[in-house]
Amino acid sequence: MRNCDLVVAGVGGQGIILASRVISYAAIAAGMEVRTSEVLGMAQREGPVTSQVRMGYGLFGALIPSGHADILLSFELAETVRNLYLLKPGGLVVTANTAIVPTTVALGLSTYDREALLAHLRQTVPDCVFLDADRLAREAGHVRTLNSVLLGALAALQRLPVPTDALRETLLSTVKPNLREVNARAFELGCREINTH
Amino acid sequence: MPKKLLMGNQAIAYGALLGGVQVVAGYPGTPSSEIMATLAPLAKEYGFHAEWSVNEKVALEVTAGAAFAGARAFCTMKQVGLNVAADPLMALAYLGIKGALVLLVADDPGPHSSQNEQDTRLFARFAKLPVLDPSCPREALEMTRYAFDLSAELQLPVIVRPTTRVSHAYQDIEVEAAYHPLPVSGFKRDRAWVALPTTARQRHPVLNRQQEQARAALTSSPFNEEFRNRAENRTGVIACGVALGYVREALALAGLDQTVDVLKIGTPYPLPQEPVYAFLKRLDRVLIVEELEPVVEDQVISLAWKKGLTVTVCGKHDGLVPREGELDVDRVLMAVRTFAGVKAEAEAAAAATAPALPFRPPVMCAGCPHRASYYVFKKAAEGLDVVFPGDIGCYTLGAAPPLKMVDTCLCMGASITVAQGLYWAEPHRKHVAFLGDSTFFHTGLPGLVNAVYNKANITVVVLDNHTTAMTGHQPHPGTGQTALGEPAAAIDIAGLARACGVEDVRVVNPLVPGKAIREARAALEFPGPSVVVMNQPCIARAKTGNTRFEVGRPDLCAGCWVCVDELGCPAIMPGDNGPTVTDKCVGCALCVHVCPSGAIRRMRPQ
Repeated sequence: MRNCDLVVAGVGGQGIILASRVISYAAIAAGMEVRTSEVLGMAQREGPVTSQVRMGYGLFGALIPSGHADILLSFELAETVRNLYLLKPGGLVVTANTAIVPTTVALGLSTYDREALLAHLRQTVPDCVFLDADRLAREAGHVRTLNSVLLGALAALQRLPVPTDALRETLLSTVKPNLREVNARAFELGCREINTH
Repeated sequence: MPKKLLMGNQAIAYGALLGGVQVVAGYPGTPSSEIMATLAPLAKEYGFHAEWSVNEKVALEVTAGAAFAGARAFCTMKQVGLNVAADPLMALAYLGIKGALVLLVADDPGPHSSQNEQDTRLFARFAKLPVLDPSCPREALEMTRYAFDLSAELQLPVIVRPTTRVSHAYQDIEVEAAYHPLPVSGFKRDRAWVALPTTARQRHPVLNRQQEQARAALTSSPFNEEFRNRAENRTGVIACGVALGYVREALALAGLDQTVDVLKIGTPYPLPQEPVYAFLKRLDRVLIVEELEPVVEDQVISLAWKKGLTVTVCGKHDGLVPREGELDVDRVLMAVRTFAGVKAEAEAAAAATAPALPFRPPVMCAGCPHRASYYVFKKAAEGLDVVFPGDIGCYTLGAAPPLKMVDTCLCMGASITVAQGLYWAEPHRKHVAFLGDSTFFHTGLPGLVNAVYNKANITVVVLDNHTTAMTGHQPHPGTGQTALGEPAAAIDIAGLARACGVEDVRVVNPLVPGKAIREARAALEFPGPSVVVMNQPCIARAKTGNTRFEVGRPDLCAGCWVCVDELGCPAIMPGDNGPTVTDKCVGCALCVHVCPSGAIRRMRPQ
């Protein structure tokens, strides 16, 4: 199987790292080598969070060269656009249409133009899947299951080198037992969203 | 063996376990902190000693003592921590050790979360100590284990220097926890342990001879490896540490992987001569790729000159490889293309210009008590001419607008001492130093003693949130808990300040702003050094109740935006009709105090 470079992006507190780990665990279970890299420390402080995951055989370093990522899985619209430079031509973007407006916008120090971000993605990424992921997470039972919704959608698109069932099982064995049910629902809703559209 | 997804720092902890570590000490600092977090539960399980020390100097001295007694000791810190520990380090190289002493110093090229990007390999050369530079988490494990044996063999401390992209990278690693400590031989009285000028005169030539022993040992280590493609290749790259992956990938991307050979160097000082000479002598040109300083490059130039080689050495000195910042595949690709004279493929037509992206800096959490403390002092200082020297921790984020309450930040503990220097230069102004509880214990205390002794009329504000928050909530001497989570004496900061001779010491809750402002004002007006302990636990760890706030009386909101403009709380955002409190609110109620029109109200339970 081909190697796969994946970028998981979003804002601290959205569950980005957990999503990255679940994919990594599933890849190891499938017999692949895995390298990931992220800069930690800002997760609780509203900063941007990016996790790079490289899966496959004969891997080099943990950092993906610009324009080489196969997939960008993003939890937040501005962070989707911020990380587009890593995506290879023809690469897949799966993004929540969530907008998290930083404090700097409230203070008038920067701007957040949601429509412009959406338009830019539609215009420049032919293979871009938008998900109303926050709504699906709430439907599943908790906003914090956003990562499971996105994992479900990504699995259903069948572009990861791990099968959907394996990803679901890894997810459910990674989350706390009392959260399995709600995350299983979220994963299903993410899958269904892809399969019915 | 089971395959696990391990972070570099976790892998390093397992390396220490496999190396038979008996005493571990460190001070938290990104990107090194997870090593201790991994070792502490292992210490409990296997019965060795692990501690968060008060600072890096203390940690290195604790581990030095253990090694003097013949134990295998391990000391962890970030790169700037080594500056704090430089005093014991420089003398330790002369004294040497028994047992083993491995010093793990995590570098932060970039820098991502440090005040500089100093290169520990250069420090190792300065201290005349061997240093290992891992290329990936798996090698970091192997190098840490190996470093214990090398230290025992040479009777010298050995430095292992991962960088952020090793410490915080994850990799699939086969590992099995195994612990086989050697018996501790015991401390034996000997003048050799006493650093006197006579000892130094005897030991300096020995230390210099040990450089050659270290070089020989590192030559036979498994960490320097040649990736040779064809006998006729005349160009090569020497790739150091984490740059190995970038170099091999960049060569592949540039289509140069068959025509350019690679020598990987994992032991940058002392640089093994044989493998480097064997590599250089068949090349016309070589490129040295290493992050930060030209540590290997300088040694390669020296070796080539000494051996009379005509090879052209490229790297930092001709500007091919950047000397600042972190390397990655993109930057190395540019360097190898220039080096090999290969043009980049034509860039694809410029894509549509991306819209402006929001600036998203890290901010203090909603409900963070530091925000309240800064607000309190801003209010208390109104009408006074005040300078606010700051320090290192989450509260450094208070430098950003709208608070802008950090006027200086130099290094750990420097708020108190810089405040004194500013005061002696401008005694007519008031100087208020802010530092955290862990930072106060780290290097704040001597500064406070100095202020009392020398009669500096400053105010010191200890932002006591009962944890070392920025680096991941490690305990410290004020928390009443050890690194292993066991109960310990909680050292009282206010009591310490009084014992130092500070006559005006106040313990204040910043989340009761009215009273806190009056207390802060009184401290500012006190003639002589004063200390205010802002006592409120970190919101990321505190149990928050169900209290939340909302703009419950929008009819009263005057649209003044004071709540947004004065606090910068991530839970207050512009809504359609003025400010709104979002669901990030944790109920600190600071905005209720700030709102001049009483529009913000406690939310009724739903």
